[in-house]
Amino acid sequence: MSKRVAVIRKEQFNAAHRLFNPAWDDAKNTEVFGKCALPNYHGHNYDLEVRVTGKPDKNTGYVMDLKELSDLIKQEIINRFDHKNLNLDTEEFKELNPTAENIAVAIYDLLRPHINKKRDLMIRLYETPRNYVEYPA
Amino acid sequence: MVYLTRIEHFNAAHKLYNPNWSKEKNDEVFGKCANENWHGHNFELFVTIKGDPDPDTGFVYDAKKLGALVNEKVVDKLDHRNLNVDVDFMRGKLCSIENLVIGIWNELQPNLPAGVQLHCLKLIETSKIYVEYYGGK
Repeated sequence: MSKRVAVIRKEQFNAAHRLFNPAWDDAKNTEVFGKCALPNYHGHNYDLEVRVTGKPDKNTGYVMDLKELSDLIKQEIINRFDHKNLNLDTEEFKELNPTAENIAVAIYDLLRPHINKKRDLMIRLYETPRNYVEYPA
Repeated sequence: MVYLTRIEHFNAAHKLYNPNWSKEKNDEVFGKCANENWHGHNFELFVTIKGDPDPDTGFVYDAKKLGALVNEKVVDKLDHRNLNVDVDFMRGKLCSIENLVIGIWNELQPNLPAGVQLHCLKLIETSKIYVEYYGGK
């Protein structure tokens, strides 16, 4: 019986955003989100790690072809978010606060339908070199 | 002579856009960096000063004080801001990383204590792009 292995593809995108809850007034947003709520946006280099886990295929030895995974991430994620304003330019965050947590969940939901159901998927998203999130947890 | 470097960081939004050109021309020259709703980066700033160690302290200059000065004069104006809109010393300038590093030099250099010589600024925009500036023309 073969053993489970995780394969990971790293990609990057650069985007602007702000953290803002429209149900709150400016004072409350500033109190909760600090300078992340500033009205003219700020931005990050997002480092994305997509981890696919399963048993290597008998014929190829692959858990998943990493070139295919790379193309999938570019098509579904990078083209959607790179050099965009997450609040203004994307469907995903029209109504949803673009925190690293919510971005990671959105990325998972965008990729999951395209990856073999027998494989587990995990997203790690670095917002800065010091802050990152993982989903599912 | 010893070179001492202090590293600070900030996150900001910007776009590359020349208001004297049409949108088409901006798109042609700056590509997705011209996205009208901005994008953003995690910037890393390396501030290098030079001098001989003080005989009493052993310091070229107190690195903690240098960090505080860089934060007060530069980082506080840039962090979580929109470089095109929010930053007084970038107003009317193209917000390229080249112009930004010159702007930072001009803010910092006159504010250093007597005897502290600014040698180099290195500004990292992405993991693949950075600039260095040594002052002068």
